[in-house]
Amino acid sequence: MLFRFVVAIALVPALALGAAEVDFATDIEPIFRANCYSCHGDQQQLGQLRLDSRSVVMSSGPSGSRVVPSDPGASSLYQRVAGLGEGVRMPMGGQLAEAEIEAIRTWIEQGAAWPEGSGSGKSLDQHWAFVPPTRPAQPKTDGDWARNPIDSFVLAKLNAEGVPPSPRAAKETLLRRLSLDLTGLPPTPDETEAFLRDTSTKAYERQVQRLLASPHYGERWGRIWLDAARYADSDGFEKDKPRQVWFYRDWVVNALNADMPYDRFVIEQVAGDLLPGAAQDDRVATGFLRNSMINAEGGANPEQFRMEAMFDRMDAIGKSVLGLTVQCAQCHDHKYDPFTQRDYYRMFAFINNSHESTQAVFTAEEEQLRAEIIAGIDEIEAGLRERAPDWRARMATWEAEEATSQPSWAVIDANIKLGSGEKYEVQPDKSILAQGYAPTRSVVSPEGKLEPGTVNAFRLELFNDPRLPLSGPGRSFLGTAALTEFEVEVAPASDPDKWKKLALSKATADVNPPITWLDPFLFPDKDSKRRVLGDVGFAIDGFEMSAWNIDAGPGRRNVPRKAVFQLSVPLEVSEPTLVKFNLSMKHGGWNSDDNQSLNLGRFRLSATAAKDATADPMPASVRKILSSVPGPERAPEQNAAVFSYWRTTVPEWAEANKRIDELMDKYPAGSTQLVMNERDSARMTHMLQRGDFLRPTDQVQAGVPSFLHRMDADRDVPSRAAFAEWLVDRDSPTTARSIVNRIWQGHFGIGIVETSEDLGRQSADPSHPELLDWLAVELMDSGWRLKHIHKLIVSSETYRQASGVTAELLERDPRNRLLARGSRFRVDGELVRDIALATSGLMTSQIGGPPVYPPAPEFLFLPPISYGPKRWYVDDGDQRYRRSLYAFRYRSVPYPVLTTFDTPTGNFACVKRDRSNTPLQALVTLNETVFLEAARELGRRAWQDGGADDSQRMDYAFRRVLARTPESAERDELMALLADQRERLASADLDAYELAFGKPAVDEGTEDAPVELAAWTAVSRVLLNLDETITRE
Amino acid sequence: MRSPDFPANPLARRWFLQQCGVGLGAVALRDLMQASDPLAPKRPHHKPTAKNVIFLFMGGGPSHLELFDNKPELGKHEGTLPPEGLLDGYRAAFIDPNSTLLGPKFKFAKHGQSGAELSELIPHTASIADEIAIVKGLVTDAFNHAPAQVMMSTGTQQFGRPSMGAWTLYGLGSESRDLPGFVVFSSGQKGPSGGNSNWGSGFLPSMYQGVQFRTSGDPVLYLSNPAGVDSELQRDSLDSIRRLNRMRLEKVGDPEIETRINSFEMAYRMQSSTPELMDISREPQHVLDMYGAEPGKPSFANNCVLARRLVERGVRFVELFHESWDQHGDLISGLTKNCKDTDQASAALVKDLKQRGLLDDTLVLWGGEFGRTPMVQGGTDDGRDHHPNAFTMWMAGGGIKPGITIGKSDDLGFNVIEDRVHVHDLHATILHTLGFDHTKLTYRFQGRDFRLTDVAGEVATKILA
Repeated sequence: MLFRFVVAIALVPALALGAAEVDFATDIEPIFRANCYSCHGDQQQLGQLRLDSRSVVMSSGPSGSRVVPSDPGASSLYQRVAGLGEGVRMPMGGQLAEAEIEAIRTWIEQGAAWPEGSGSGKSLDQHWAFVPPTRPAQPKTDGDWARNPIDSFVLAKLNAEGVPPSPRAAKETLLRRLSLDLTGLPPTPDETEAFLRDTSTKAYERQVQRLLASPHYGERWGRIWLDAARYADSDGFEKDKPRQVWFYRDWVVNALNADMPYDRFVIEQVAGDLLPGAAQDDRVATGFLRNSMINAEGGANPEQFRMEAMFDRMDAIGKSVLGLTVQCAQCHDHKYDPFTQRDYYRMFAFINNSHESTQAVFTAEEEQLRAEIIAGIDEIEAGLRERAPDWRARMATWEAEEATSQPSWAVIDANIKLGSGEKYEVQPDKSILAQGYAPTRSVVSPEGKLEPGTVNAFRLELFNDPRLPLSGPGRSFLGTAALTEFEVEVAPASDPDKWKKLALSKATADVNPPITWLDPFLFPDKDSKRRVLGDVGFAIDGFEMSAWNIDAGPGRRNVPRKAVFQLSVPLEVSEPTLVKFNLSMKHGGWNSDDNQSLNLGRFRLSATAAKDATADPMPASVRKILSSVPGPERAPEQNAAVFSYWRTTVPEWAEANKRIDELMDKYPAGSTQLVMNERDSARMTHMLQRGDFLRPTDQVQAGVPSFLHRMDADRDVPSRAAFAEWLVDRDSPTTARSIVNRIWQGHFGIGIVETSEDLGRQSADPSHPELLDWLAVELMDSGWRLKHIHKLIVSSETYRQASGVTAELLERDPRNRLLARGSRFRVDGELVRDIALATSGLMTSQIGGPPVYPPAPEFLFLPPISYGPKRWYVDDGDQRYRRSLYAFRYRSVPYPVLTTFDTPTGNFACVKRDRSNTPLQALVTLNETVFLEAARELGRRAWQDGGADDSQRMDYAFRRVLARTPESAERDELMALLADQRERLASADLDAYELAFGKPAVDEGTEDAPVELAAWTAVSRVLLNLDETITRE
Repeated sequence: MRSPDFPANPLARRWFLQQCGVGLGAVALRDLMQASDPLAPKRPHHKPTAKNVIFLFMGGGPSHLELFDNKPELGKHEGTLPPEGLLDGYRAAFIDPNSTLLGPKFKFAKHGQSGAELSELIPHTASIADEIAIVKGLVTDAFNHAPAQVMMSTGTQQFGRPSMGAWTLYGLGSESRDLPGFVVFSSGQKGPSGGNSNWGSGFLPSMYQGVQFRTSGDPVLYLSNPAGVDSELQRDSLDSIRRLNRMRLEKVGDPEIETRINSFEMAYRMQSSTPELMDISREPQHVLDMYGAEPGKPSFANNCVLARRLVERGVRFVELFHESWDQHGDLISGLTKNCKDTDQASAALVKDLKQRGLLDDTLVLWGGEFGRTPMVQGGTDDGRDHHPNAFTMWMAGGGIKPGITIGKSDDLGFNVIEDRVHVHDLHATILHTLGFDHTKLTYRFQGRDFRLTDVAGEVATKILA
């Protein structure tokens, strides 16, 4: 009512202009009927529009609001019929009469009154996936086959189709299936044996519980999530530098092992950093959004590729959480789903306000050590205070002296011309931030003007910035930097090419590390000379091999730094004068390898007239407290910071200071992790024409698409945290469906909705729609417990069916959409290798930690296969036998064993893997190093532990690999192979040493039974290459 | 010899018979067959003029201004700033676009009956001037290497779409039973910036992706038997594997097992056919000399010989990457070296294909991801930046009109002013020669029909014979 009243007032001006009142039923509806209904009526609703429906006309469509009462300019309906704006003029292929267009305009201007009862009263056909799921009733089925509700839904459909279910799979098959599905590892012979012996009714349930509790469950299902999270250990694009993000990988594994509720699992990954009291783990989780690729090419514009990363994040959220193809609306309105480009950028705005940060992260052991060091320092400092009761007074005296210890500095407003490809952004404090490509060897020359007066020294300050690695102040992966040479030139503004170099007499800095050499891998010299790092004197020694190093070691390196350079002769500035600083940074890696730089990240230059100025040894943070917070107002931690610096200046405390330094020397380096880090000030988000970051159009506010659920009114502060909660809101129509569908896909090889990446209008029809909804609701009702859904699925009779198929059933249902049998499919790439490792006994079961480097051909990581040389130090010993989850993942040169079996590279989110069957795969399992090592180990075990005779040994090896006893024909085949090879080996037709040990028989007789070990290696190799071995039956 | 293995399960038997070419199956089974062998040869939309493609991908962005697109005017204006307005909206990778112009660094002359104007750097290419179509009107959207290479390879700058080779295999299948249908080589100073996305399968099934070969050591990863496994053991092992797999097929009836059996057999055939293929020392000396190839010394020239050998063996799509043509500096020495490494072999490839009658149905392409700026980079007058607005490629064979020059850039070589060929148009044209309407070679993914040419592309008919 109130609304109507307001509208009526708004109408007044229009009426005042004398327009006659337009009536919907007599003036407007006939226009629609005659011109529009054929495409936008009862039969068709192109563009999600039906003009016979009030609710549809008054809502938003793909081109924005269709009708905004009183505002024809904002109403797409009017725009389209009048031929205004960008949309195609309607009706398609013609146009309305002027009078009709005018009638529509006036009708809208007058408030677009649409009397109740007019039109059809219908609304759009709702796509099933856009309606929140409700729990469907379980179908009633006869008989006792149905074990749980899943079975009722499946059996009801089978009955309707007249197809009976298959019998239950053999116990051995079932346990191997269950183990592979839940943990990605086959059962050990002991596990199989125990299950076969357990004849109780709870036997299977016990196995389900054991496997769901296994830490390998998180590894298996974590890997599946990591596909969606496009996890990789390198940046991608041309340079494809290594990055440290394995804390995120381990977070996923641990979260799944702990059965973290799925809603929480998503919230932490999208906005963990914004949770109250966010801990390291919560921040690490946001690595999900940061797994995007980074283009560090020379010509790359950082903002362009930040946008590319943002698009990638939207795509990842769409596929992994919503199960929708949101990226379709990046350039234009979604063609099929009611998702507009505006919706896209409104969602985009939620996540568009973060710095691309990296932070230091520590393992539990490192965290413990850190705590011990800090406690140790606290204890020493407390001791100092205790033994010097007058410390407060002494510190106050010192502080008073310090207040005037520093000369005044005039900041130089400097700019840098383009050159090497590095991009520079001047900050509000006149410092310069370097972004984008980091050239490995360059000279950066900021130029500015000098004020009239005397200059005796210049100062270079280095600052932290959240956009730098570990906050900088440098651009190395540790946030460190090295300055090879510092030079100053001046020129009269009237004659700007007449540069004159100024002589420097002395350099001082607040950090002067001892001499160290560069890491020869990261910073190769490629000749016999070796570059060196050390104190600030190296920056003015005129020698390109030496540089000032700002790295004070772990725990002390990522802080602001400064250096002061005194002029030999004072510079008198009387006329307008230009100044140019040549900051030479020649201590990066080899030029074309482009892997590592030691460039300055954020820096500022100043000048002073003071004589003998030196670098202030006091940390910038402490100086700031002294200058800006009066003593009485200081917080305890501010007082502590001041004390911690002051004590280093007290001569008689040298011994205590030394002990503290020694403690700090033990400070753990930790690892790094890419994280989200919210900015203080909000970034504006604009719609981008065709997704081009150079063509922004309307500014948009954060918001959610209208065809999905609403954002709660009491939570609608447009933040990333609110967005995260919205994603997993119970009312979300697709979130729960999407994840249960993918769990189903993992267990059956194909989802209930086959297009698991898209539940929208173009999706494949669900094979069992009610089952999907039932599972989705069950997930939410269980408190979003994923293990609960796994348990329900694997406990069903549906899951337990044998996978054997008759010709008739294969013809009737080749892809097993009816579920009248168990599924049979080749396991994922990681599992192909893990099965060989596990069944041979080679596998190292360690969970988590830095990535490992299994054997791989070296040439892959060198040009011209790789763009630049990449680190791949093949692990010796047990690390080479870690699960494939831990193999280092370069996006541009992925570990080939896995990609051959369709493991994605992590370039973009993937929620459904391909499953190919190719000769290259056969070459891997036949010939690759680790597969042969597995065959040798399995052969050795069969020979040594397998039993008293060949037949027992054969069964032993067979059971290890396939968890079942061979049938007699199978055993005969293998025994014949064994006999044939043994004969060749014994006659030295085949070299036993080489086959069994990979080396010629130099020490003949020193190895046990080479012929036997070699013969069993040959047999084992066949076992490891069987179709059944790499198949989950 | 043990008993022959013939499936007893009726379904598997039919399967087996079909695989052996004496099929009798129902429609459903034929569909299944197709699903099981997505590489089976297929017919395109119309009669093709090319069956195979060899793409000589000169990564890094070869300078059109020094190789193909003679601009005397540019020389006259050397040292001056570009004309006002030319740079509106232009973005450069490294340089301030408003840098002075740099004249061409090499001499041009007319060659062949067609009178094609080519640089002194490429005398061998000049000798095939009447065999090739020089396309001077190319335009792309990207000006950084990785995105521009991925654009050239997949039709979009974003990673994750199928490459041209993958689309070709998807559309045509493979005619080689012993070799992958899409083979990739890499030579030069570094690997291609776009990495494996240049030959990826994107959302197409992964069997359509390119397989990287190399010319020293194992040509294909894991091709050789491991130490200790001789050829007899390999054969015996494969026989056992086949028989055991077939027993399993009898038992469970999953046709995928038959595919696996075939995969292992093809792997075995690859093990013997690939080393033979790669052994270019079997080529007559005069052929090696024509290319400048030396057996045992990996080079672009060797890769060109191999490209011909692959095409002879029915490999559908061969792509040779050579890096790097990225002359920000050292324009003169860098181009001289690159041309020395590639000119003779590229021309020899065309001649050799022609001699053997293979050029008629093999499309050869030569070019990079973009061109280079008419403006100078660096203080030594010896470098150019990346330039997407105009660049040149040449094409030959496979229905391309020989001895023509198509397209024209302005007097500075900055913008195309005649017969513009966007990368999408190039793709449409390539697909056309292979027998496809580029708008109809589609694959449904995420609810949408995707194409190599996205929503654009027009066949550049002037290039066609």
